[in-house]
Amino acid sequence: MTEDFGHFVDIRPGRDAESLNLSFWPGHLPLKQRWRNNGLSADFLGDYVTTFFPLDDDIPETRHRQAEIRGAVSYIANELLENAMKFHDAGQPEPITILSLDDEQIVFQESNGASADNAAAFRAFIARLREADPGELYLEQLERNALSEDTAGLGYLTMINDYGAELAWRFEAGHDGGYRVITQVTLKL
Amino acid sequence: MKSLEGDGYKVDFDSGDSSIRLAGSLRLGGLSEYAPISQLLDESLDGRSTLTVDLTGLEFLNSSGIATLSKFVINARNRKDCALTIRGSNAIPWQGKSLNNLKRLMPALELVFD
Repeated sequence: MTEDFGHFVDIRPGRDAESLNLSFWPGHLPLKQRWRNNGLSADFLGDYVTTFFPLDDDIPETRHRQAEIRGAVSYIANELLENAMKFHDAGQPEPITILSLDDEQIVFQESNGASADNAAAFRAFIARLREADPGELYLEQLERNALSEDTAGLGYLTMINDYGAELAWRFEAGHDGGYRVITQVTLKL
Repeated sequence: MKSLEGDGYKVDFDSGDSSIRLAGSLRLGGLSEYAPISQLLDESLDGRSTLTVDLTGLEFLNSSGIATLSKFVINARNRKDCALTIRGSNAIPWQGKSLNNLKRLMPALELVFD
């Protein structure tokens, strides 16, 4: 059984499609040891995409654009990897981040396993996110976090509000009532 | 001067200068790991009528860090006894995108970009 929320992009290995794939098995190393790799991987992805946004000394704007894209890719990849590491259920398949590029957009795709309980809580969050105004929900969440240390979903909210990203999710029924949750973040260029 | 240092980041609180500077890349795992920084930020408000938070050297901040910074700004707003300035850099892309939200949390905040 598959359930989609938002517009899910079909990533096809076509002739002109560039993509990059990182796979992890979170259980192999303690989370604490693994954590710094999130940053290394995210910065690598950020640097990687700059190849496709070359600098032109005659056009100063290219420097600004390259820095913006590097920053956006690095931030979003880091948030997705942190979430994957934090919420991954080791009974399910591994988290993967795919970065797919074409002329119009950059698509990040991260998948991780989730227990039935975690998947239900996450669905409820997605429902709130899709109904509310993201700008208001973001401020509301920051005010709430000041009182209760509840930062749930703040990464997604910054992607939407600050980076203009579009988010979509796919839930696939997996082992033992669990799910494979695929998160897609699309940055329009 | 009071300092905190970790893998890839540094926080310096200069009491004489009424400034606290965060530099490097901050991507700690959740609010509990940010607690020492949170504490130093809150402490820097004590008994002070002005404070400058210098972020011009902070290249990266994850969402838990954004949550920590927001919490500090809300705290400063609620205390009402300290005029807060945050200095950011136009050369660091995340700051242009995310720092303006702090102004929405605390309209009296002075946000300056170098």
